[in-house]
Amino acid sequence: MTRPDLAAAPAPDTDSRWAGRTALPGRPTHRARARMRALREQPGRLAYLTMVAVLFFSGFPLYYSFVVASRDNSALAQVPPPVLPGANLVANVERVFATVPFGTALWNSAVVSVSVTASVVFFSTLAGFAFAKLEFKGAKVLLLAVVATMMVPVQLGVIPLFMLMVELEWTDTLWAVIAPGLVSAFGVFFMTQYLRGALPGSLIESARMDGASTFRIFWQIVLPAARPAAVVLGVLTFLTSWNDYFWPLIVLSSPEQQTVQVALSTLSGGYVTDQALVLTGTMLATLPLLAVFALLGKYMISGIMQGAVKG
Amino acid sequence: MTIAAKPAADPAGRSSPAAGRPRPERRRFMHLRYRLDLKASPYLYIAPFFALFAVFGLFPLGYTAWVSAHDWSLLSDEHAYVGLGNYQTLLSDPYFWNALGNTLSILLLATVPQLLAALLLAHLLTLRLRGQTFWRMGMLLPNVASVVAVAVIFSQLFGRDFGLVNWVLESLGAGRVDWQTGSATSHIAIAVMVAWKWTGYNALIYLAAMQAVPREVYEAAHLDGASRMQQLFHVTVPMIRPTIVFTVIVSTIYGLQIFAEPQLFGGGGPNGVTGGASRQFQTLTLYLYEHGFNRGFEFGYASAVAWTMFLVIIVIALLNYLFIRRIRSAS
Repeated sequence: MTRPDLAAAPAPDTDSRWAGRTALPGRPTHRARARMRALREQPGRLAYLTMVAVLFFSGFPLYYSFVVASRDNSALAQVPPPVLPGANLVANVERVFATVPFGTALWNSAVVSVSVTASVVFFSTLAGFAFAKLEFKGAKVLLLAVVATMMVPVQLGVIPLFMLMVELEWTDTLWAVIAPGLVSAFGVFFMTQYLRGALPGSLIESARMDGASTFRIFWQIVLPAARPAAVVLGVLTFLTSWNDYFWPLIVLSSPEQQTVQVALSTLSGGYVTDQALVLTGTMLATLPLLAVFALLGKYMISGIMQGAVKG
Repeated sequence: MTIAAKPAADPAGRSSPAAGRPRPERRRFMHLRYRLDLKASPYLYIAPFFALFAVFGLFPLGYTAWVSAHDWSLLSDEHAYVGLGNYQTLLSDPYFWNALGNTLSILLLATVPQLLAALLLAHLLTLRLRGQTFWRMGMLLPNVASVVAVAVIFSQLFGRDFGLVNWVLESLGAGRVDWQTGSATSHIAIAVMVAWKWTGYNALIYLAAMQAVPREVYEAAHLDGASRMQQLFHVTVPMIRPTIVFTVIVSTIYGLQIFAEPQLFGGGGPNGVTGGASRQFQTLTLYLYEHGFNRGFEFGYASAVAWTMFLVIIVIALLNYLFIRRIRSAS
């Protein structure tokens, strides 16, 4: 791997690409300098304007849901529609909690997402370590199987999966949502790629010479070394799990067992759509994610970009 | 066998006896343990993934085919074998064809503009913009919101009476649009939801691929007088083709399984399940949900739907692949 430090350096910035190029030894000839200047095209005002527009379209729907959430429904009928927040937010939040057990739903989602994330990160690192650094028969074929399964639309197996949950008597429990999420093919692949580059083989060899068992090597050397990639995988997994909807909707029926997304759909499924109520719920369900994104968004970006280059 | 000489410590990590030389039997035992550890550990470490994936991923998908050949309902214990009967019913149901048509229409409307926009955005981001992380995070922001949140927010924006989109249209002099009632308009609204969530995500993937293109290629193109737009379509796109194939296939697989957006656009209740009063935006997954979980738990029939969708996904993924390969050999 040529870029083993990718995950360690969260947001690979484009500047580093130029750093190597401008630091050429010797004095650049006039022609080379002109060429470099031409290549290093400085973005014009139009580029920034476009990006501002993109940012506006990205952010506006979320902002607008906050506007609606802070108003009462009658305000929505105004012409022109309100574009600034009102003073009704607290009242709306209280109504959300009175209509559906939203606190329970938030808790359920947290339980599911945290367990799924912990499990995916652990098992992916374990399997990734085996694929990246241990020698065993069939490793290549098995890794290929992992890559192939990333593309398999497993959602289409919902019916037997539901039957399985009925058999296990797990329907309408959080187990039914947690169990299918415990491992991820993407996670295994991601960790394999990372550990291949981040873990020197000599380190493992010398640990073996000192008599460390394989599991001890995993625990004391691999886990700490995998931390940067584990953060990336963890953030991506947490978001996916928190936002999961189709399967929880099928398998969780009672209000006390619902996750946030299912509770949200219940909220929006009333006969008369109470927009202020629904969008307040949406905002409450999205806020934790926005907090995670603000803190760890750059890891998400590097995760997506790494997956692209290696995937 | 150089390693055999070195099993000085117990492989399990316990400290070896104080005496420097363990007795011969013990040595042999430790050697055995060491070999076992070396041989078995890799399989042990990958086992959890394969075991859990087999139980909760692969088995259900495979078993779907078996269930689809039976008259199977949750409510009865009898599962009569019907062969391809469910598939025959399926193929003669106009609602199925309607759902397939809607799904493909939404898929195209969502994917094509989305990936083109992502390509342009990524191209823009290869410029030396100040505050790269800031722009990238802004672009990725929509991806953080759940599909449910996206669907709920955009259903409000596309509302007939109080929706912001209609208000903008009206102030521009165009008429109000009843987005939900029309077939084309509802597809557009749903496609916008999908595109809004995924454009920035795909742009980041393209950006990563573009950064891996060697600079010399651009240098040459520049000296040949290619403009930046020409560089994008004649240099960048051919160079990052594998990434484009990847995103097209992933978006297709995702697009064929669209569920939450149309369901919630229709209000979530019975109107959501059928995808509007005249099924104008019922997708295949909604159709599956309707038969499998919404009325009567017709598992056999719903499994036939699922398996048919699986085949459709494979066919379309293959077509994508072949199509893009053709483009390559043509150019």
